[in-house]
Amino acid sequence: MIAIPVEHCLLLSVMLFCLGLLGVLVRRNIIFVLMSMEIMLNAIGLAFVSGGARWGQADGQVMFLLVITLAAAEVAIGLALVLQLYQRYRTLDIETISKMKG
Amino acid sequence: MILAWLLLIPFIGGLVAWLADRKKLVDPALVTLATLLLDLLIVIGFYFTRDAPIEISGQQWMAVLELAWIPRFGIGFVLALDGLGLLMVLLTLFLGVVAVLSSWQEINHRKGFFYFNILWTMSGVIGVFTSLDLFLFFFFWEVMLIPMYFIIGVFGHENRIYAAIKFFIFTQASGLLMLLAIIALVYFHHQSSGVVTFNYFELLGAELSASVAYWLMLGFFIAFITKLPGVPLHTWLPDAHTQAPTAGSVILAGVLLKTGAYGLIRFAVPLFPEASAEFAPVAMSLGAVSIIYAAAMAFAQTDIKRLIAYTSVSHMGFVLLGVYAGNETAARGAVMTMLAHGMTSAALFAFAGAIGQRIHTRDMRQMGGFWRSAPRMGAIVLFFSVAALGMPGLANFVGEFLVLLGAFKANMLLTCIAAIGLILAPVYSLIVIQRIFHGKRLVEKPIPDVTTRETVMMLMMIVVTVGLGVFPQPVMELMASSLDLLPVVAFNDEAGMVSQ
Amino acid sequence: MLEFLWLVPLLPLLGFLLLVLLPLTKRAAAIVGVGSVGAAALLTLLIVVELFGLSSDAQVFRQIYWTWMQAENFTAQFAFYLDPLAAVMMAIITGVGFLIHLYSVGYMDEDPGFARFFAYMNLFIAAMLVLVLGDNLVVLYLGWEGVGLCSYLLIGFWYDSHANGYAARKAFVVTRVGDALMALGMFLLFLHLDTLDIQQLMANANDQWQTGSSLPTIAAALLLGGALGKSAQIPLQTWLPDAMAGPTPISALIHAATMVTAGVYLIARTHELFLLAPDIMFLVALIGATTLFISGFTALVQTDIKRILAFSTISQLGYMFLALGVGAWSAAIFHLMTHAFFKALLFLAAGAVILCVHHEQDIFKMGGLRKRLPVSFWSFMIGGLALVAVPLTSGYYSKHEILFAAAGNENSGQLLWLLGVLGAVMTGLYTFRLIFTVFFGEENTRVHESTVGLVVKLPLVVLCLLSIVGGWFVLPLDHVFPASEEQAISGITSLVTDVAPFVGIFIAYLVFHQNKALADAVVAHTPGRLLQRFWFSGWGFDWLYQKILVNPFMLFVRINKNDIVDSFYRLAAWLMRLIHRLFGLTQTGRMQWYVGSIALGVVLIVGAGIFS
Repeated sequence: MIAIPVEHCLLLSVMLFCLGLLGVLVRRNIIFVLMSMEIMLNAIGLAFVSGGARWGQADGQVMFLLVITLAAAEVAIGLALVLQLYQRYRTLDIETISKMKG
Repeated sequence: MILAWLLLIPFIGGLVAWLADRKKLVDPALVTLATLLLDLLIVIGFYFTRDAPIEISGQQWMAVLELAWIPRFGIGFVLALDGLGLLMVLLTLFLGVVAVLSSWQEINHRKGFFYFNILWTMSGVIGVFTSLDLFLFFFFWEVMLIPMYFIIGVFGHENRIYAAIKFFIFTQASGLLMLLAIIALVYFHHQSSGVVTFNYFELLGAELSASVAYWLMLGFFIAFITKLPGVPLHTWLPDAHTQAPTAGSVILAGVLLKTGAYGLIRFAVPLFPEASAEFAPVAMSLGAVSIIYAAAMAFAQTDIKRLIAYTSVSHMGFVLLGVYAGNETAARGAVMTMLAHGMTSAALFAFAGAIGQRIHTRDMRQMGGFWRSAPRMGAIVLFFSVAALGMPGLANFVGEFLVLLGAFKANMLLTCIAAIGLILAPVYSLIVIQRIFHGKRLVEKPIPDVTTRETVMMLMMIVVTVGLGVFPQPVMELMASSLDLLPVVAFNDEAGMVSQ
Repeated sequence: MLEFLWLVPLLPLLGFLLLVLLPLTKRAAAIVGVGSVGAAALLTLLIVVELFGLSSDAQVFRQIYWTWMQAENFTAQFAFYLDPLAAVMMAIITGVGFLIHLYSVGYMDEDPGFARFFAYMNLFIAAMLVLVLGDNLVVLYLGWEGVGLCSYLLIGFWYDSHANGYAARKAFVVTRVGDALMALGMFLLFLHLDTLDIQQLMANANDQWQTGSSLPTIAAALLLGGALGKSAQIPLQTWLPDAMAGPTPISALIHAATMVTAGVYLIARTHELFLLAPDIMFLVALIGATTLFISGFTALVQTDIKRILAFSTISQLGYMFLALGVGAWSAAIFHLMTHAFFKALLFLAAGAVILCVHHEQDIFKMGGLRKRLPVSFWSFMIGGLALVAVPLTSGYYSKHEILFAAAGNENSGQLLWLLGVLGAVMTGLYTFRLIFTVFFGEENTRVHESTVGLVVKLPLVVLCLLSIVGGWFVLPLDHVFPASEEQAISGITSLVTDVAPFVGIFIAYLVFHQNKALADAVVAHTPGRLLQRFWFSGWGFDWLYQKILVNPFMLFVRINKNDIVDSFYRLAAWLMRLIHRLFGLTQTGRMQWYVGSIALGVVLIVGAGIFS
């Protein structure tokens, strides 16, 4: 089995993370923001897995499982909130729902 | 055990008053009055039936109660009563009665909550005057603060929230300093002796380096001088007094300010005798400045309660001067001034409230010529104004005279400055009479004269004021042993000394 | 009777309490008010008779009631001390006081504050008695402040007018300046002599202090401050003329006969201390001489009948201070007594005049009242003659004693004497200016034909009698004061002293009766007018105090009404709010900003971690 170099994996995960971050920063639709966050979480998960593989330890996989659960929980709550927001404001534009100003 | 009851009775009474109002059983004012009278009776009864004094580390105590509370940190539930404490507790309860009588008709909504707060303040104040464990003392120090905050903030006048928060922040911030000083004191005491304790008697002899003692003393001093209050930490007082309901002003001026002075006498000076002696010239200067500055400020005011508030600052300046003069004459004068000021300022505030209820303003520019329709009220206010300006034969004179006499021994220059206060006192006292009772009548309809309830209340206070002014000696002997710990400091300003 | 000494001040005090606490009818109020003082006067008479019946070195009586205050080595007993000096003062206070109370029943008849008036008057008598009977300086101070309070209350008796209230407060505050100095003097005395008991104090002072050393000088100066305030001497004299705002009997009782002499009494009482401070003695004499001179000129140009008498009082008090300063103690007390008689008489007579001319006080709106008001006229005449010290009247004896003592003083005696004699000329001048203007000339006012009742006439008659015969007594004060050596007075001095009042009267006759145009002509020219205005204002003292003391104080309190100290706390609160607002700006409510800043923060922190 050809081992993929850990650097490549990390590079991919960084790229995915940055893509996700960019998505969070520039998308205005909440659904897309949530999806971008999912990408970020998965990027981190990738980094964990590759790290675990590199050191031959189970910790990385364990952390990935944790991240998956976390992401699932987050999506569940996040989507519920999105539904509520949509019902209340009839929009999913994040700019228009900026009520929490200081 | 009597001491615990003293605390518990108003504590329980407060709950009863609240419940009584909720269930519409009895008037909470009546409950409060009964509670305070019961407490007063117990104190008086205790005074006449007390056993031989108990001696703890060279001091005489009438009663001591010591229970373990948090033994791990050396915190005990230590209550003790001596002459000074007894006088203060009596003053507290007496003025509590006055406060209830003066707010009889003023408070009409949430009565139960109001009287609950009054009684809990009383409880906290009595705790302050009796507790001899520093942690417990701090606990009560905070306990009396919160009900007072509600009294001002909920039942006060138009600008009450601002005043209540200002009052709270000033007292809280300075209380924090005291807490730090207490903890540091315990820590340093632990370092030198290996014992963790908050007990007053054990901390009395704590060995501290001079600089540490000085800083800790400052922590206590700032907390107490804020409460006293002395210039420049006095500015919460005019606002709090102006906005508080009548009963709040009465308790605030008559009782709460005394806790600051009491703290100086009981804790700040005896715990750090050398540091206090070193600091005394500064403290006395602050006292002298308070006397004059506040007197001038009082004259400038047009709001009657604000004016009286500033006179309080001026009078408490005498207390500050007396406590730090370092001799017994001045210390006795300081305590007499505390008692006397308790009477006069409480009476004047009660009247400011009574006038406010009649014409719905505190602005003296809208008053005038009230003597014609309310001569008895005029006479009574005149009496207390005259008492406040230090007329011999009335209580304030005894205090101020002894303070100045003692302070003169310690520092001539500052005493001479403080004596200017004697000149300014009639300036601000008599302007009250002039603006409210003399001159042309500005209000159309005549204001009603004093009611029977007000007359009874005022007669009580007049009797005490005259009694203290003419026969102060029994009271002074009662307090004598409590003042032993105020060190006799021999410091003099050479410049002011006259060589023979 | 001596053991009933305590009852003397207590009687008027009880009268006061009754008048204050009970709603009495007018008649009952008069009975209580006058009766209590009358009883006190009667009791005083018995006590004085008994005291002077004792052998001369046993004429001392002390009564201790209770310990007032005690702390460390300080003890103030509530105690009375009666000696010939106190007895004389007591007699004057209760005697003249009783007459004036009686007069007031008629004078205040129509006033709605009748009971209040008598309450204050009774309280005043009680306080004044405590003042003179006090065994120690603290009890004396009790009376001292008490009379000040009553003075305040009575000056502002007609409280409707703001001017009255102002005058009352001015009187209280100005005298309080002196009181504060006196209190400091007491502290100094106690600090060094360990007692405030007057007799003990004097003994200790004599033992421990040397004549002319700095401590007795300072102590005496401070006590003098108190005396100057109460006795309205320069520089604290400004309150007395304004004090005339009170009802006329008050002016007679408090501001002429009794209270204002408290300063004289204080110095006489502590004369041993003053003897230890010759510099201060000279200062006392100088202040007295200056005051009598200056206020003589001021009295000359006043137009208000009561103000003339007020300045005359200041001037006569100046004579008493002059006497004290040159060590003529009994002459000072003697003049105090005769002055109490004739000045009370003058004020009461003036009061009768004022009543009859509808409360008009300007003398130039009166005139020719001699025939319409014979009782007042003759009272005024007798009082005036005693005031200017015409031979055979009481004032003659006392004033001459003072002037001779001044002339014989080795310390600038000639100057003091000269000022005194010039003052005597002025006295004649202003007194007869008043008499000629009010009682002679043509009638130009409507006289209110009220039958002056017996209660008004009787005190006038008695005081007339006393003003004449008062000088024939010899006050039995030899054992109280050190004997002053007989001065050899040259014939010329004596002659000039005798003639001086007549010169004044003669000038007054020329200028204010014979040739009235003369006075107008003097005032018509600019220098004359300026001088008149200057004198009229009391030599500008009020103006000066207004400028250097009152105005700066008022300015300070007006600017600082909102308390400069509080602005620091307000500044702190404002700063907190500012910071709060700044941080609040970052709370945009836009999630992208938050995410972006988090990312940026992470990059920065990680970067810092890597590159450091």
